[in-house]
Amino acid sequence: MPEDQPAHLYIENLCAFYGQSLAIEPTTLPIPRQQVTAIIGPSGCGKSTLLRSLNRLHETLPGARNEGAVWLDGENIFDPDVDPIIVRRRIGMVFQQPNPLRGRTIAQNVTIGLELDGASKQECDEAVERSLKLTALWDEVKDRLNDPAMDLSGGQQQRLCLARSLAVEPEVILMDEPASALDPIATLRIEDLVKELVSEYTIIIVTHNMQQAGRVSDNTVFMTLGDQGAGMVAEAGPTSEIFTTPANRKTEDYITGRFG
Amino acid sequence: MALTDAFSRSGGLRLRQRLQHGDLIFWLVALFFALLVVALLAIIVAVTWDGSDEARDTFGIIGFITSTEWNPVAGEFGAAPAIYGTVVSSMIALALAAPPAIMIGVFLSDLCPDRLRAPLSLMVELLAAIPSVVYGMWGVFVLIPFYRTFIASPLSETVGEYIPLFAGPVAVGRGLLVAGMILAIMILPTIAAVSRDVLTVVPTHQKEAMLALGATRWEVIRHAQLPYARAGIVGGMMLGLGRALGETMAALMVIGNMPRIEASLFQPATTAAAQIASQLPTTESDLHASSLILMALVLFLITLVANSIARLLVWNVSRQSGGR
Amino acid sequence: MQPARTMRRYRSRTIINRFMLVLTVGSTGVALIPLVLILAYVFQQGIGAWDVQFFTDSFRPVTLGEGEVQTGGVLHAIVGTVIIVGVALLMAMPIGIMAGIYLAEYPGNRAATIIRFCTDVLTAMPSIVVGVTAYILIVQRTQQFSALAGSVALVVLMVPIITRTTEEMLRLVPDSSREAAVALGAPKWWTTLTVVIPMAFSGIVTGILLALARAAGETAPLLVTVLGNNNLAYSIFEPMQALPLLAYRYTEQPFAEMNEQAWGAALLLVLIVLVTNISVRLATRKRLAR
Repeated sequence: MPEDQPAHLYIENLCAFYGQSLAIEPTTLPIPRQQVTAIIGPSGCGKSTLLRSLNRLHETLPGARNEGAVWLDGENIFDPDVDPIIVRRRIGMVFQQPNPLRGRTIAQNVTIGLELDGASKQECDEAVERSLKLTALWDEVKDRLNDPAMDLSGGQQQRLCLARSLAVEPEVILMDEPASALDPIATLRIEDLVKELVSEYTIIIVTHNMQQAGRVSDNTVFMTLGDQGAGMVAEAGPTSEIFTTPANRKTEDYITGRFG
Repeated sequence: MALTDAFSRSGGLRLRQRLQHGDLIFWLVALFFALLVVALLAIIVAVTWDGSDEARDTFGIIGFITSTEWNPVAGEFGAAPAIYGTVVSSMIALALAAPPAIMIGVFLSDLCPDRLRAPLSLMVELLAAIPSVVYGMWGVFVLIPFYRTFIASPLSETVGEYIPLFAGPVAVGRGLLVAGMILAIMILPTIAAVSRDVLTVVPTHQKEAMLALGATRWEVIRHAQLPYARAGIVGGMMLGLGRALGETMAALMVIGNMPRIEASLFQPATTAAAQIASQLPTTESDLHASSLILMALVLFLITLVANSIARLLVWNVSRQSGGR
Repeated sequence: MQPARTMRRYRSRTIINRFMLVLTVGSTGVALIPLVLILAYVFQQGIGAWDVQFFTDSFRPVTLGEGEVQTGGVLHAIVGTVIIVGVALLMAMPIGIMAGIYLAEYPGNRAATIIRFCTDVLTAMPSIVVGVTAYILIVQRTQQFSALAGSVALVVLMVPIITRTTEEMLRLVPDSSREAAVALGAPKWWTTLTVVIPMAFSGIVTGILLALARAAGETAPLLVTVLGNNNLAYSIFEPMQALPLLAYRYTEQPFAEMNEQAWGAALLLVLIVLVTNISVRLATRKRLAR
């Protein structure tokens, strides 16, 4: 890993495969600490695959694997000695579809990660309040913490899932189109949360919504399909630059809505 | 398509009308045969109800199922021993079969290498299709000698001295416990297959919710998959229970066929199905036959309850997985 | 560097994980052992009984102390099973197939719901209860155990299997095929008979084969209806022998030769079940892949 790298995550020559076929060409990318990095690009260009590689979730699919390295504070998460279980504790994730665990209550959904660690009742209660306050859900659900999580609205479920990953105190949060299944108001609430949380967490968010990327992110990564049909990073940099003076023709076309 | 061409011509109109009458006839014929299926069930219920008339008049249904005396020569017919044996042997079977069967379901749906999945699944399904008389034969020739020497005798001579449940003498070895063991082997494929099916339909997003939190593979199974599939697994267990309750041959061949209620699991007993099968061909009296018929009716009702619960549970899981 | 809480139970969690995974694999192995043992035992014991006489001769009484033991064969049981199951199939096919057609082509009404419910109940019904019904209807009435009573009992066990498979297979036929024919002006019955059923034909045959395999191995209902017969019998109004019945009766005999023949019969039954199910599986997979 390069010395004196200020990045929180440093992606180095990372490739992703599905079976024999290459899904993402070798990618090198720094992810700055405590900033929001948005990954944008046309659908099918490997945005989600790249994101899911960062917490080693990609490899849990049948036949899927990664090559290359991702440095997290000087440690390669793909090192054979590193347990993906620990990696996923440090790098949390929120999915496209809100996925509260069925059959569990609101509170139990928040504490599931802590339960695995054998946390005490008090620790759990504290984590419920802290995480739900962080996600602005506390006032809405504090009187019905023992109701099934599935009773919540879609937007509330998504914030609950965010609270669930915050409860185990990760450093990095990956968000895979977290608002795509939500209505505009719920979407704005998620975006507000992202802007608040970035003071403590490094956030990487995949989105197909250009305006959303412009609103929430400090940096933008533009991905596209390469000549071999695999995804690749076409351009990356501060959001303000990418949006105003794109260096890459494809980026410009995409941002101005000419394709994608 | 020559015939359809005929319709498009104007002269085909009457033919067309007649053929739409054909639709009516076809519908009626299909409905008639379909209703025969309903009739089959109705006939079974009506005929066994009617045939058990004499027994019901003599003992009453409650009296019949609570009386413990079964003596064809004296004309005493109580179904309690048979019902006891049916329920206890099936419960033993369920207790023995469910844990490994669920584990097989987990293994096949989740942990099994892709190459092994299809052959192992096929094997489990084939085992469910093997005729029960074959299981019974294996029980008689292989399991009972082994069971008597290595399980029943040692147990009855040690803990059996103090705990009536395992009291001797073991004699030939036929009894409730060994019947439960054979039934367990028979229903294991059923429970395993249903467990595998309901675990397979657990949505990926539920598993990934746990994975993304840094859960181990077992924790994903334990906290995402098993809770999600719980109702379906219980349904599979009830299906297995239903099969054990109604099974005739395997029980008939190894249970000993003694209509008695004994505390010890090593003692011979009987089940409803075994008692009917062994006695109906050579009944002592009309009342004897009538009592066996009533027993069949009771057995049918018991299995109907078990299976209804099972279907409700399995159906619920597969219906919900269609949603989110 | 890791949060202390995460590491608190890390070791025990990974150990539990490994333990449970090993337990899962292990219990799968252990549970499959008796099942494999049973199959292996049937093959080992059964193949020993198979010789020419086994298939060409009927029962011969075991003669004690005569040196050479005459064992005879199971031809009478093979013939009996073919007749009993064949007669049952003739009765079960029209009911099962037509009921399946009704459920697939006229779904969603109250009659269909009731019929489907009855099929489910019949599928789960203990076979001895069916046997008892046939016993009352035929054996008690005619004062005679007969193959016909056995066939009637087997019909009840076969119909739900055929109905279910037929319904499922007809549903696999895409609606576009039906609509194409209807658009040409063909009435529904014509469409069903000439378009839908030919497309689902192999699937319907599948159901019939599965029902045959199930019926061939059924013992309990035959015990109280067909009774058994040591002679070769062809009349369906008389008691008959059948393979599963023979396997059961010969198991109860004290003679080793008869026990061996019981295994021979069991092997025959197991092969029928295995061959049917495996070929059905291969055929269905091919169709689904297409």
